[in-house]
Amino acid sequence: MMSPAEIEKIRADFPMLSARINGKPLIYLDNAATTQKPLAVIERIRDFESGQYATVRRGSYRIGEEATEMFEDARGKVAAFIGARDRREIIFTSGATQSINLVAQSFGKKFIGPGDEIIISNMEHHSNIVPWQTLCLEKGCALKVVPITDSGELVMEEFEKLLGPRTKLVAVTHSSNVLGTINPVKEITRKAHAVGAMVLIDGAQGVPHKKMDVMDIDCDFLAFSGHKMYGPSGVGVLYGKYDILDAMPPYVTGGDMINTVTMERTTFAKPPARFEAGTPPISQVIGLGAAVDYLSGAGMEKIFEYETSLLEYGTRALSKIDGLRIIGAAPRKAAIISFWLDAVHPHDVVTLLDQDNIAARGGHHCAQPLMQRFNVPATTRVSLSFYNRPEELDMLAESLRKIIKVFG
Amino acid sequence: MSYQSELYQQVILDHNKNPRNFHEITGFSHSCDGYNPLCGDKIRVHMRINEAGTIEDAAFTGSGCAISKASASMMTVHLKGKTVDAARVIFDEFHKMVMGEMEPQAGLHNLGKLTIFHGVREFPSRIKCATLAWHTLICAIDKTGETTME
Repeated sequence: MMSPAEIEKIRADFPMLSARINGKPLIYLDNAATTQKPLAVIERIRDFESGQYATVRRGSYRIGEEATEMFEDARGKVAAFIGARDRREIIFTSGATQSINLVAQSFGKKFIGPGDEIIISNMEHHSNIVPWQTLCLEKGCALKVVPITDSGELVMEEFEKLLGPRTKLVAVTHSSNVLGTINPVKEITRKAHAVGAMVLIDGAQGVPHKKMDVMDIDCDFLAFSGHKMYGPSGVGVLYGKYDILDAMPPYVTGGDMINTVTMERTTFAKPPARFEAGTPPISQVIGLGAAVDYLSGAGMEKIFEYETSLLEYGTRALSKIDGLRIIGAAPRKAAIISFWLDAVHPHDVVTLLDQDNIAARGGHHCAQPLMQRFNVPATTRVSLSFYNRPEELDMLAESLRKIIKVFG
Repeated sequence: MSYQSELYQQVILDHNKNPRNFHEITGFSHSCDGYNPLCGDKIRVHMRINEAGTIEDAAFTGSGCAISKASASMMTVHLKGKTVDAARVIFDEFHKMVMGEMEPQAGLHNLGKLTIFHGVREFPSRIKCATLAWHTLICAIDKTGETTME
């Protein structure tokens, strides 16, 4: 278990955590939205941009070749981080949203047709709902939804009933950005494969907090974002099994994703270049590589273990507050606590928490079907990171008590 | 810190807890549903407007945060008995005030107690909470059926 001294050492790596906002320290509890950046990432980008910057995969001059090497090196780091077989299975995108859209528009357009079925779940982020709805409208396929229990778990028996010969793709989140529920993605993948369906895992919330091994899960696609894993915004990843990627048509077309272009016809490059048209987010990819190094250095097992202890601590602290109902009580949870206060609307809660410099999120969290499922218009959400301290959760509880009193 | 901030003044907390005119109007002449997709707040405004253009009755239903609920409550109180034309002028003044485009100086506006929402201008993310009821009201007057905050 990470000791308080180790946590303080980690905190010192993140300049934002010692920033004073209105003269007071920041209590940052919105890590599911985006995470703060360690110096290692900030400095890597600064060093690259101030001493090594050039475009990649084009220039045959020295700095261009070196930049390309660093860029591809970051691809290798990401591949190793999630246990991919081959670095060519890593496609850089602008974020998890674009990664999912890429699969919908490329794989979906070619391999999914009228009468086919796509299975998602009731706990998906809009980014793992809307691309499939759009595809189904275009292609005449049907979208099936796995229901969830009152504690926030997938009803696996219902999932099995939905699976069938028409199922072409199962797209589910590794962990819910609202409930925190960690889904049994390995079991889901095995069952989907048994009927010949492909599996996409939305790893936006999972990858930053838990060791991910795509070969063990055996999923066909994994989508995630850089900025939620202590890296820069504007970069994300789509992992895909190479043979599947190789069978997929381009998604966005243009420069850098071709073999030859004449005015009549174009032949396309192999993956990953086929899916990386245009100049990529070079500095961001290099920054993401540094973030991966940082996380590997801290150790994903240790991170998950510590965050789980924080989750338990926070759950205990909030459970003691009268009129507070936690939404999401799955036995396997990421360090996210969503709750509803009888007396105060989430938007008022977060505005008032902000007066104590506590950054939390109020709203539907881009998961409106989930809000409908639990019959709430919105929730207040705190999402934790390994740089949070238990004392910050005590201060959260104290601040919530004050807010309830004001509204009482 | 003090929670008696410029935003959550006692009057606003009171209207949140005990909203006035919080019901539907049977036999309403004007109605609109307002929706803020950013936060999920929903509100329905009902009015009875007579032939002379006077708002004889105004009420609202729905769910939302304290700011949107108090704003709707105080709006209905303020507008009852006023004409539609006056309501449009007040909407314009209210909007400018919460956007920070107008300082409500004594005697130079028609906002009355609504100046309590002056503090909203310091909270950009909450301006739409304060104006949802008002946009819905204008929509009801214009009889366009529903409105969505963009």
